[in-house]
Amino acid sequence: MAHIAKEPAPGMVEKKGGSLWLTHALMIFGILIIFFPIWLAFVASTVTQPEIVKPPMPLLPGGHFIENYSRALFSGVNVPVATMLFNSLVMAIGIAVGKIIISLLSAFAIVYFKFPGRTTFFWMIFITLMLPVEVRIVPTYEVVAGFGMLNSYSGLIFPLIASATATFLFRQFFMTIPDELAEAARVDGARPMRFFIDIIIPMSRTNIAALFVILFIYGWNQYLWPLLITTEPDMNTIVMGIKQMFPSGDDTADWPVIMATSILAMIPPVIVVVSMQKLFISGLVDSEK
Amino acid sequence: MEKRVRFNGWILPLCLVFPQILISGIFFFYPAGQAIWQSMFIPDPFGLSSQFVGLGNFEFLLSDKFYLASFGTTALFSTLVTIVSMVPALFLAVLADRLIKGATTYRTLLIWPYAVAPAIAGVLWLFMFNTRVGIVSWYLGQLGYDWNHVLNGEEAMGLVVVASAWGRISYNFLFFFAALQAVPRSVIEAAAIDGARFWRRFFTIVLPLLSPTTFFLLVVNIVYAFFETFGVIHTITSGGPQQSTTILVYKVFSDGFVGQDLGSSAAQSVILLLVVGALTVMQFKFVEKKVHY
Repeated sequence: MAHIAKEPAPGMVEKKGGSLWLTHALMIFGILIIFFPIWLAFVASTVTQPEIVKPPMPLLPGGHFIENYSRALFSGVNVPVATMLFNSLVMAIGIAVGKIIISLLSAFAIVYFKFPGRTTFFWMIFITLMLPVEVRIVPTYEVVAGFGMLNSYSGLIFPLIASATATFLFRQFFMTIPDELAEAARVDGARPMRFFIDIIIPMSRTNIAALFVILFIYGWNQYLWPLLITTEPDMNTIVMGIKQMFPSGDDTADWPVIMATSILAMIPPVIVVVSMQKLFISGLVDSEK
Repeated sequence: MEKRVRFNGWILPLCLVFPQILISGIFFFYPAGQAIWQSMFIPDPFGLSSQFVGLGNFEFLLSDKFYLASFGTTALFSTLVTIVSMVPALFLAVLADRLIKGATTYRTLLIWPYAVAPAIAGVLWLFMFNTRVGIVSWYLGQLGYDWNHVLNGEEAMGLVVVASAWGRISYNFLFFFAALQAVPRSVIEAAAIDGARFWRRFFTIVLPLLSPTTFFLLVVNIVYAFFETFGVIHTITSGGPQQSTTILVYKVFSDGFVGQDLGSSAAQSVILLLVVGALTVMQFKFVEKKVHY
């Protein structure tokens, strides 16, 4: 009896005292290891080149933060990093917004209408779900080159919104919207587009926001596609531009500037993910399951 | 599943799907068709004409020892990336699940690396292991180990695996953590009352309950390792040394753009397409199974 009384049921599986501290300690240790590469990049972006090329480099930040970052932002190596940041921003937002708009429209059509070719179109969606851009790069490159879209924002954006993941997700969501809503709208004599704008879009707000986060990161983190089609440095995006900052020969890389650029390249997506964490996690875990 | 209530008319819906059809047609179906078409030709070096070879490109590829080696490299690489990204993630998720206070703070910290692009992750890890300035390689040197991933293929593989798996730990953590939170407390407590200790409970109850999530992550991580790690490999090793880190996607790129061997590159795209198809079918089969379950 006394033995049972000492351990009330809810506390049975939760650890206390020393074991709890051990769990915290292990967790923090794990996080420190995972964070170490980012920390090191940050430190490297605040010290001078001689401090880095003579290993071991320091593990605490130095005093050259402003100098290194302004050198990266305003002069860079081939092109100012500010330009690359802007290009990345246009590309990521273009992909996210473009994909959300065309997917909302076509998902609405598939779910709420019966029209010729609907089944064919639905299967087209399934097929585009399968094929990442990496697989069809050479022919896609030729198409984009044929349209004269190399070194342009439309060339960066359009090929990457040509997949139907978002359409598929919106379709799934629209299927869960009660039929009564559409029925009521129809009885009231609302036109389909009124119903779409007044009912469907407001109801999809959460899904749209979650998808925006996922697509923004997808667009921002693209590497191969911008690498192929932006041959002019001032169209480079920041994620692909970093590799171009390494010298080709035996020269030593300008590490402080490169590391400052790496930090700058991860700030926007990290801000988006962390600030919209709740939405992002529910969107990710629900949508991909 | 179909909606019972529908609007009438077919001009409006066709207008609504038109943008998507147009974009997928131009940038997806046409290039994918081109890839299949080109895979049956060998263009001459000047690109002026090409010769029909049927399945010749495929036959050549499947007897090419470099291509077969690339298959092996991809299999090894994706297996390692999957293990290295899933095991620590599960471990951290189990830890976080045991904590009532602070779990969300840890989660916020842990999702950071997910937002870091694979190519940036490549630069960060390259910096740590750089043969001249890298801090880790320097300490390894002090310990008497001469790290050189530029010359040593196994070290190069290890480095691209860790750099690729790093950001994925966050992703896998989120899924494992969500799944662990969904495990009914009563089941665990019943086992605890029966005297099962933590690790026994973990292996006999929790892990089986996690199996749908684990299987899902297994497929997703393999797809990631196959297709989304290009940036890591291009920044760290460029496929070297001696092609020891040339995975299939990297080879499509290096043969098509660097080597200008378009027929072979297109044939490789088609083979990859079949691989993605198989993985997608696996994923859908699994989703179906889960719905019935």
